[in-house]
Amino acid sequence: MTDQQITTDPAKPAQRMRAGGTTVTLMPWILAGLVLLVLPFIFQSNSALTIMNKMSITIIFALAYNMLLGQGGMLSFGHAVYMGVGGFACVHIMNASEFFSMLPLPLLPIFGGLFGMGLAMIVGSFSTRKAGTVFAMISLGVGELIAACSLIFVAFFGGEEGVSGDRTYALPLFGIEFLRQIEVYYLVAFWLMLSAILMFLFSRTPIGRMANAVRDNPERAEFLGYSARWVRFYSFTASGFFAGIAGAMFAINYEILTEENLNLVTSGTILLVTFLGGVGFFFGPIIGAVVFTLVQTVLSLQTDLWAIYAGALFVATVMFFPGGLAGLIMMHGPAAKLGKLHYLVLPYLKTLIPAGIGILGVCALVEMTFHVRHASIGSNEMTLFWTTFDSHSLMPWAVAVAVSVVAFWIMRRNLPELVAAWHQANGVAKDKL
Amino acid sequence: MDLIFVNLIDGLVTGLLLFMLSAGLTLIFSMMGVLNFAHASFYMLGAYFAYQISLAMGFWMGLLLAPIIVGVLGAGVERYGLRRVHQYGHVPELIFTFGLALLIEEIVQFIWGKNNVAYNAPEILQFSAFAIAGNSIPAYKIFMIFISVSIFIGLLFILTRTRIGMIIQAALSYPRTVEALGHNVPLIFMGVFGVGTGLAGVAGVIAGPTLGTFPGMAFVLGSIVFVTIVIGGLGSLWGALVASLLIGWITTFAASYNIRFEDILLSVGFSMPENMAESPFRDIWNMTTPQIGPILPYLLMIIILVVRPHGLFGKRDA
Amino acid sequence: MRKTTKFGLTTAIALIMGSTAAFAETVKIAFIDPLSGPFAATGTNGLHQYEFAVEKLVNEQGGVLGGTKFEILPYDNKTSPQESLVQLQVAIDQGAKYIVQGNSSGVAHALTDAINKHNRRNPDRRVLFLNYSAVDPALTNDACNFWHFRFDANADMKMDALTDVIAQDPSIEKVYIIGQDYSFGQAVSAAANAMLAEKRDDIEVVGDELHPIGKIQDFTPYARKIVASGADAVITGNWGSDMLGLGRAVLENGFTGPIYTYYAAADGITAAFGETGKGSLRLVAEGQINPPASERAVAYYEAFLAKYPDGNISQPRITNVIEMLAKAIEEAGTADDVVAVAKALEGMEHDGLWGGSMMMRPEDHQLIQDVHIHAHTDENITFDYDNSGYGLVSESNIVMAGLDSPTTCKMDRP
Repeated sequence: MTDQQITTDPAKPAQRMRAGGTTVTLMPWILAGLVLLVLPFIFQSNSALTIMNKMSITIIFALAYNMLLGQGGMLSFGHAVYMGVGGFACVHIMNASEFFSMLPLPLLPIFGGLFGMGLAMIVGSFSTRKAGTVFAMISLGVGELIAACSLIFVAFFGGEEGVSGDRTYALPLFGIEFLRQIEVYYLVAFWLMLSAILMFLFSRTPIGRMANAVRDNPERAEFLGYSARWVRFYSFTASGFFAGIAGAMFAINYEILTEENLNLVTSGTILLVTFLGGVGFFFGPIIGAVVFTLVQTVLSLQTDLWAIYAGALFVATVMFFPGGLAGLIMMHGPAAKLGKLHYLVLPYLKTLIPAGIGILGVCALVEMTFHVRHASIGSNEMTLFWTTFDSHSLMPWAVAVAVSVVAFWIMRRNLPELVAAWHQANGVAKDKL
Repeated sequence: MDLIFVNLIDGLVTGLLLFMLSAGLTLIFSMMGVLNFAHASFYMLGAYFAYQISLAMGFWMGLLLAPIIVGVLGAGVERYGLRRVHQYGHVPELIFTFGLALLIEEIVQFIWGKNNVAYNAPEILQFSAFAIAGNSIPAYKIFMIFISVSIFIGLLFILTRTRIGMIIQAALSYPRTVEALGHNVPLIFMGVFGVGTGLAGVAGVIAGPTLGTFPGMAFVLGSIVFVTIVIGGLGSLWGALVASLLIGWITTFAASYNIRFEDILLSVGFSMPENMAESPFRDIWNMTTPQIGPILPYLLMIIILVVRPHGLFGKRDA
Repeated sequence: MRKTTKFGLTTAIALIMGSTAAFAETVKIAFIDPLSGPFAATGTNGLHQYEFAVEKLVNEQGGVLGGTKFEILPYDNKTSPQESLVQLQVAIDQGAKYIVQGNSSGVAHALTDAINKHNRRNPDRRVLFLNYSAVDPALTNDACNFWHFRFDANADMKMDALTDVIAQDPSIEKVYIIGQDYSFGQAVSAAANAMLAEKRDDIEVVGDELHPIGKIQDFTPYARKIVASGADAVITGNWGSDMLGLGRAVLENGFTGPIYTYYAAADGITAAFGETGKGSLRLVAEGQINPPASERAVAYYEAFLAKYPDGNISQPRITNVIEMLAKAIEEAGTADDVVAVAKALEGMEHDGLWGGSMMMRPEDHQLIQDVHIHAHTDENITFDYDNSGYGLVSESNIVMAGLDSPTTCKMDRP
C-alpha cells in the first residue's frame, strides 16, 4: 500500500474510503472515550441523558448502516428491520423472567446482535447476490414486508402498541440495577465505544478491505479470486449484527419496541443520517447522528417547522457537499497538513457570519409567515430570537428582508476572497506534491 | 360472477392510475439511472395545484394547467438540482430525490395545511355511469380510464413513431453515441424528466378527488410505484403497463375475497393447533387476504428479483 | 402556534445544562401530541383547545389555590412512541407534573408504561397521566395503573352506546364491521360482535374484516363487498384518511344506510364529506356540540371561534380534563403532591360544560359520562366543523354510558 494523501474529491468514492495507512492511531479513540465519560458531568439533567442515549443508539445504528452504504456500496432501504428485530428479541428476553433474572443486563446486547445477524443471514442469502438496484429494491421489499407483518403477527411484534419490558429485572451487576438514567447512559456509552471499535477494526480486516474493492469494482475483485457475492454477504451479516446491538440498546433505554422501529420511515431516516454525516469516512455517521438528533429533538422544541429545516439542510448537503459534513471537515486536511489553515480563518469569518445571518433572516421570514397564517386571532405577538414584536405589522418584515438581503449580499461580495484564500491554502500544496 | 366483472373494472382503474405514475418513472429511471423518490411527490403536487386552480377556474382548467406547472417544476428540479448532483454518482442522486420528497411534503403542509382539502370531481361527472348487479360504476371512473388510456396510446405513439421518440429510445441505451451525433442529451433528459413528472401530475389531478388530497398521499403511493417498474422491467413501457394492471388487480381481488389462511392451511393438510390462543402461530391461522393484500406486490417483487432480476419485460438487470 | 415566547432558546440551554428552568410558579401541564407529521392537524387543534380551556376556565377565574395559574407546555411527539418518551423526560425535567396525551393508543401505552416505571423509580418526582383521547379499552383494564386517568369514553363504552341505538332500530338486520388492522380496530370489532349478539341476536354480522392501516389507496373493493353483502348498516373505527377513503367509496358505490363511526368529523373530514355524508354518517362521542347544552357552552364556543376562526372544538372532553384537574388540585390543597391530586380525582363527580354529569370511576380511572350518537348534517347546526356548514347534531343520548361495565383493572395504590 502506497502512502496516499487523503484526497478530497468527493466525486470519486474510490478515493474517499482509503484507509490512510495501516497504523491505527489511538488518540481519537481515547479522546472519544474521555468525552463520553465526562459528558454527563456537564449535561446532568435526565432529559439531556435521554437525548445523549438517543444519540448513542443512532450512532451505533448509523455506523452499522455505513458498513453497507459507505464501505460495501450497498444501498439499503429497509435496514431498520435488523435493528428492530434485534430489539424485539431483547424485549422478549426481558420478559422471559427466569432467564433474564440470571443474565446481567450489559450482556443483553449480544443477544440483540445475534438475532439481527440471524435475520441478516437469512435475507442476505438471497439479497446479496446482486448489488445496486436489485439489492436496494429487495431491501425495500423485505423492509416493507416485515414492517407490515409487525401489525399482523401480534404474538411476536405486539401489534400497534408494541412489546414492553423492564430492564431492572436483570441480574444486578455489582449492585447496579439500572434504575437510574445515568447508569443506563454508561451502559450505552460502553457499548457505543465497543461496537465503534469493533466496526472500525472490521473495516481494517481483509474482508473489510475486500468490501471496498467489491464496492468499487466487483469484476476485478472476482479476478483476484474473491467471490463478490460472499464478500457482500459477510458485510451484510456484520452490519446486521451491529444493527441488532443498536436495537438492544434501544430496548434497554426505552424498554419498549413498536412497529415504528421497523418501518420504512426509520429506514429512510438512518439513510439520511448517514449521508448527512458523510459516507466516505468512518466518523461521518457519528457526526450525522449527533446533528440529526439535535435537530429532531432540540430544534423541534423550538419550532413546529423543524422538519422543513431538516429537509432543506439535507437537500443542501447533498447538492453542495456530497461528502457530507465529514467530507466538509476533511476538505481541510491538505491545508491543515501544510499548516496553512490560518489563511482561511478570516475569509471564513467574512463569508460564514453573513451567510449565517442571512439564513437566520430567511428562517425568520418563514416563521413569521407561519405565525401570520396559523396564530389565533388577537395574538399578533410573536417572539423570535429573543425579541417580541407584532407579526402583523410591516416593521419586522422589513427588518427581516433587509437583514437577509444585506447579509447575502455581503456574503456574495466576500465569496471571491474565500475562493482565493482556498486556492492559496491548497494551491501550494499541489506544487509540493 | 357479476362481482368479478366489477372488480375487474375497479382493478383497471387502480392499475391505470399506477401506470400513469410508473410510465414516467420508468423512462426517467432507465434513461438517467435515477430512482426518483420524489416522483409520487409530483403526483401530490398535481392534486394540490389542481385543487388550487379549481377553486378559481374550475376543474377542467386544473386538469389542463396543473400538469403543465408540475412538469415545468420537474424540469426545473432536473436542471438545477439533479444535474448538479449527477456528477457525484447515482447514490447521491437518489438521496437527493429522497430529501426532495421530504421537503415537498413539508412545503405542501406549510402552504395548504395538514388536513384533507375538499377537492372534488366536477358536478358534470358526479353520476353513476351504469350499474352491474347493484354495484354502480361512477362516471368519474370511466373518465379516469379514458384519460389514462389516451395517455398510454399517446406515449406509445411518440416513443415508437416519431423522431423525438427514436432519439429518446437511442439515448436510453447509448447516451454518448447520441450526443456524438449532435443531439443535446442533457436537454432530452430535462424534457423526459419534465414529461415524466407532468404525467405524475396528471395522475394526481384525476386521482385527488377520489383518493383524497392530503399531505400523506405521496407516501401512501411512493414505494409501490418503484415496485411496479421493477416488476415490469426497467425502461419498458409495456412492462410498466402490465405490472400496473397486475398490481391493480391483485390488490383489488385480494381485498374483495375473504380467503382465510385457515382454509388454505387446512386444505394443504396442516391440522389446527389445539389451543389457538396459546399457539405462537395463531396469527398465521387468523390471517385473511384483505389483511395482506397491500403487501402482496412487495412479495411479488422480491420473488421476481430473485428469479428474474430484469423484471417481466426488461432487457437488462434492474 | 407554539409558544416560543415562554420557553425559547433559554430553556433549551437550561434544559441541556441540567438546571431546572425557573419561571413564575405555575401548574405545568405537558401536552405531548403530534405537532408535525401526518397527524399534526389533530394535535395542533387539540393544543388550541387546551390553551383556550386553560385561559378561559382556570386562569381568567383566578387560577387555583388562590392565584396559581395553569400553563400548557407543548411537546411534539411526531406520533412516535420513541419520541414521546424522550419528550416525556424533557417535560418532567421542565417541571411538568401533569401529562396530557390523546392521539394514538400506541403512544398512550408507551407513555402509561413509562410513567408507571418512572413513578416507581423516582418517588420524589411523580407525574400524572391524563389521557384525553386514547380509547383502547386495555388502558383501563389489563394495562391500567394508578397514574393514568382516561377522560374519553373507551371503545367498549362507545360501542355499548352504539349498539343500544342499533338494537332499537328494527330496520337494521344486517351489519358490516370493518376497521383498521391494529389494536383499536380489533377492539371495535370484538366489542361490536359481542354486544350485538347480546342485545339483538337476530342481527346478522354479514362481514367483519380488518384492512392494513394507512396503506389502502382505493377503498372501492371494500365498498363493493359491503354493498354486495346487503348490509343495512356499517360500523367502523377508522380515522384520518382511512375514514375519509372508506366513507367516500362506500357512499359513492351506492350504499345508503347508516355508517356508524368513531372519528368521522373535523380536521377536514367533515368538509370533505360535505353533502355526500348527509343522512348516512353517524358518530359516537361524548360531549354535545349541537344543539348547545347551555348558554355557557354557546359563549365558550363563540369565544373560541373568535380566537381560532378555523378551529373546531372536536374534543369537548378537554374542558372536563382542565376543570376536573383544577377541582382536584383545590380539593387536595396542593398541585405538587400528585398522589393527593390523584386521590381527589378518584370518584370525583362533575357537571360538564357540554351538558350531562360525569364521574371518575375509582376502580379503573375511567370517566363515566353521557355518550351521544351524532348525525353528520347541515340542518340545525349552531356550530359547524371546518367552516363547511356541516356539523354534528346529537340524535340520541345514553346517560352515564357503561356505568356498570366490568373492568379487569387491578391497580397498585401508593
